[in-house]
Amino acid sequence: MDISGPDLVKAAAFLGAGISMGLGAIGPGVGEGMVAAKACEAIGKNPGEAGLLTRTMLVGQAVSESTGIYSLVIALLLLFVV
Amino acid sequence: MNPETQSIVELCAYVGGGIAMGLGAIGAAIGEGYTASEANVAVARDPENSGNIFKNMLVGQAVAESSSIFALVIAILLLFLDVEMAGILKAAALLGAGLCMGLGAIGSGIGSGFPGGQTCFGIARQPEAAPALTTNMLIGSAVCQTPAIFAMVVALMLMFMDFGQSAVNPTWAALIGAGVSTGLAAIGSGYGGGKAAGASCAGVARNPTSVGNVTTTMLVGQAVSQTPSIFGLLVSFILIFKTFPETTALAPSMALLAAGLCTGFGGIGPGIGNGLVAEGAVRWVARNTSAAGDLMRIMLVGQAVSQSTAIYAMVVSLVLIFVI
Repeated sequence: MDISGPDLVKAAAFLGAGISMGLGAIGPGVGEGMVAAKACEAIGKNPGEAGLLTRTMLVGQAVSESTGIYSLVIALLLLFVV
Repeated sequence: MNPETQSIVELCAYVGGGIAMGLGAIGAAIGEGYTASEANVAVARDPENSGNIFKNMLVGQAVAESSSIFALVIAILLLFLDVEMAGILKAAALLGAGLCMGLGAIGSGIGSGFPGGQTCFGIARQPEAAPALTTNMLIGSAVCQTPAIFAMVVALMLMFMDFGQSAVNPTWAALIGAGVSTGLAAIGSGYGGGKAAGASCAGVARNPTSVGNVTTTMLVGQAVSQTPSIFGLLVSFILIFKTFPETTALAPSMALLAAGLCTGFGGIGPGIGNGLVAEGAVRWVARNTSAAGDLMRIMLVGQAVSQSTAIYAMVVSLVLIFVI
């Protein structure tokens, strides 16, 4: 098969999109897990504050999620815009 | 068929076999080492129960060993497979099978070591809870093996299915992608499931009366931790069973390879994260059984959020397969 310039660029963009979203998902997954693990600990110690702790956990996880969303944005840009 | 193709198929089979056993040996060795180190601590703490601790160490290690035995089976099959009359696609499939089994055995091997180790330590701490601990350990470490079993299923499918009718150009990348997807995604789920199982064995030792709640929370947590590896399996199946139109360009092949890499890598983090959540929940269910309902709820919410990046990765993979 002969590989032309634009084809090579497209191939690289697709590979880049996959790697971007794939590797980018590792950090938020682990980070959000740590947040929720500590939230479980806190509720185990003080079940009365479950509502407040759930809220704090979700906000913390949302912030930790942001890098995953950056990866998604970059992956979609590589797929559809570049 | 020309002799050159035959050589390439054999080359891929041998490289695949080496990768399967080489990577597949990592996890089980680490897991069994952890079990043995905890067993040493336990014997030092309670030498009178050394017989019981030793027995549980061996049982725990035997279960942890299974993922590397799967890898050994796949490696031997790859070395002695009869690949005559096979096309170039078979070469890609065999390489994919080796990658799948090798990567897929890492997480389950490490993960299965945690329940074994915590059981040994738990017996030293609370000898009368030994039967409950052994049962809990066996349930927990058996569930840890699930991702490795997924990897073995995909590896066997890649090895024994006939891809002779498919178009060579994009399909070779789909077959390697299929192997990488399940293999990588299994790492996180196996490790995460092990974390949950380890915490449950520690919890039963700390508070033997909580065993019912602890085992239930462990199983729910482990089940959710398996989800990323199920996503990986799903993408692998799509890549194996879908027929792709013939092409001479490079981009469609790379899109399929990237789809496998994306779901595979994307499953590692959420699998580990879900396991950490389940570990925290199980630990505190054992300490504060009255809060078990609240803990189960927060565990599921936390795991769902932690899962989201695996879902993004799967969506990007599906776009790469079906839209591009």
